[in-house]
Amino acid sequence: MSGLDSSIVKNKCQLYGLVTLRVLIGWHFLYEGVSKLINPYWSSAAYLLDSKWLFSGLAETIVSDPVLLSISDSVNMWGLTLVGVSLLLGLFSRYTALIGMGFVILYYLFAPPFLGLEYSKPGEGSYLIVNKNLIEACALWIIYSFPTSHVIGLDRFLSNQESN
Amino acid sequence: MGKNTNKENGINMDRREILKGLATVPVLGLFLANLWRKMRRDTLKKSNLLADLVQEKSAPAVISGLSDSRHLNLGIIGYGGRGSHLIRGAGFATKGWTDTVSENARKNKLDKQFKTYMTQEDLNCTLVGVCDLFDVRAEQAIDASKNEVRSGGKPKATAKRYRHYTELLANDDIDAVIVATPDHWHSRITIDAAKAGKHVYCEKGLTRTFDEAIKVYDTVKKTGITFQLGHQNRQVEANEKAKQIIKQGLLGKINLVELATNRNSPWGAWVWGIHPEGNEKTIDWKTFQEPVEPKKRIDFGEEALKRFFRWRCWFDYGTGLSGDLLSHDFDALNQIMDIGIPKYASSSGGIYYYKDGRDVPDVWNATFEYPDKDLTVLYSATLSSNDPRGNRIMGHDATMQMGGQSGGGSVHGFIVTADSESTQYRKRIEDGIINTKYPIYTYSPGSKQIDGVTSATSKYFANKGLLYTYREGKRVDPTHLHVKDWLDSIRSGGQPKCNIEVALHEAVACHMATESYLKGRRMEWDPVKRRII
Repeated sequence: MSGLDSSIVKNKCQLYGLVTLRVLIGWHFLYEGVSKLINPYWSSAAYLLDSKWLFSGLAETIVSDPVLLSISDSVNMWGLTLVGVSLLLGLFSRYTALIGMGFVILYYLFAPPFLGLEYSKPGEGSYLIVNKNLIEACALWIIYSFPTSHVIGLDRFLSNQESN
Repeated sequence: MGKNTNKENGINMDRREILKGLATVPVLGLFLANLWRKMRRDTLKKSNLLADLVQEKSAPAVISGLSDSRHLNLGIIGYGGRGSHLIRGAGFATKGWTDTVSENARKNKLDKQFKTYMTQEDLNCTLVGVCDLFDVRAEQAIDASKNEVRSGGKPKATAKRYRHYTELLANDDIDAVIVATPDHWHSRITIDAAKAGKHVYCEKGLTRTFDEAIKVYDTVKKTGITFQLGHQNRQVEANEKAKQIIKQGLLGKINLVELATNRNSPWGAWVWGIHPEGNEKTIDWKTFQEPVEPKKRIDFGEEALKRFFRWRCWFDYGTGLSGDLLSHDFDALNQIMDIGIPKYASSSGGIYYYKDGRDVPDVWNATFEYPDKDLTVLYSATLSSNDPRGNRIMGHDATMQMGGQSGGGSVHGFIVTADSESTQYRKRIEDGIINTKYPIYTYSPGSKQIDGVTSATSKYFANKGLLYTYREGKRVDPTHLHVKDWLDSIRSGGQPKCNIEVALHEAVACHMATESYLKGRRMEWDPVKRRII
């Protein structure tokens, strides 16, 4: 598998650290997705309506069009769930790490914690420019850059098949 | 031996391969197990709360199918702000209005006014008669009657203008009239219309005085016409749901209800614009003053213009906060709790902010006592604060908060929160099934629907459910539903939702409170002699 860094595979501490990070982020994505899937009243509309900065116009377009809104809802619900399962099980997780990164970067850009932007919903923490979405995006970048699923995860079987 | 060891090593390697490949699968198992536990816990909580509390019933359907059965000819008497909204509810909007709202919808995709109007049901009626004392508005009504931009397609006829309402009532082709004049005209027009055999939709408050209310009641009963009072809250889904919950005893014994009005803008305080074309030639000021006591009549001039366009600020034409805003909240509470007419009412207040020549109070509080129901209803209003207090129905076991800041998180929703000293929920509170910090029931209509409600006054009305409601998940204007309810009742011979019986409750309660303010003492209702003492 390309990008494989054999020193990480050999350094157990680094390997287990990266796997744990991947599994925890997978868990987080999976529950974010599942909780939306099982809640019939969930909609991405509330989040989009509170959007500020670059993408606020796009957010408004999505919210005002029932078809676009339902697409946005489905993409979020299923996307988060699938990325979550993939990271957790280590199946195609290098690619889904990139997709997951795309999700959280979008969440960040739709409502960035910049100076002067006020949101109607109070955040659960205090953020200035950097928030948890940005950090999770970076963590997924690490997971993409230092893949572990071919060592611990279902990708191991796929990479073995390839090498055989 | 060596061969065997290699083989064993191979098996061990395979095993290790498999273990490493599947190492995180148990985490997924752990996730699923916890998810199942959480879902089970949530379902248990929900079933524990809802099983004995709320029988989930779907909302009434919008379409009753009655609108096709018989075509009706309508007349409008008083085509001001409210009158034009009612006529839109019947299916007729001016070209200016449809152009503006379609343009608004184009600019702001969240503005659903045009779509809501265009998708409302065609009520199979025609606007054939118009009476307004201001030429500009009469012309607008005629314009509305012929505008083809509507759900029913091209209207069947163009309305004719009548200078005096009696001339309109003399037209035998008119089946029913909508009365949306200032309050001082309501009783006279309604009584004459009923006597002329016309069905009447009359705006709230029912009348300007108590005596007029009794006369209207008696005439409507005697003539047997179909009468609807303009409390569109009767069509609001949230009120029906609230009624259901209270009926099922979710709140326990209710001894106190707080109703509130908060507004904080000149528009909210009825300081409305004086139309630039309003003058002695375009306004029939003499007729406007007909029901006013002769000694209180004034000549046409600047003061008359103010009174014509801002009539809600004077007792000569209305009853201020009482008939204009308390009436809405009182009727909604009557809808939810069937409280009827109070035994006692007292009120006080003053003109504390808008010292603009008005004589109705801008801060006003009223108390209604129902000794037979062990209930006090408080109404508190200010026109100089926008604090979103909402309405609160307080029971021994739980409180229902309607509207306001914590009103369910959506337009005209409500939340029910258990009381920490509740008897009914004691065990569940002790068992941790109910947390008194969080609602045990939340009603949030149209939570997936997004609306661009902008102005403070729009928000006030939306929060009270007076701007729109939801039926089968679809946004509907309750004014349209209320007009439809009236027209359907005319056709079927049934009683509309805000019929003369409940209209009298609203009128007597509001007049008791108004009288108390004016006389400075507590008023009592004598149900036998039908008088306020």
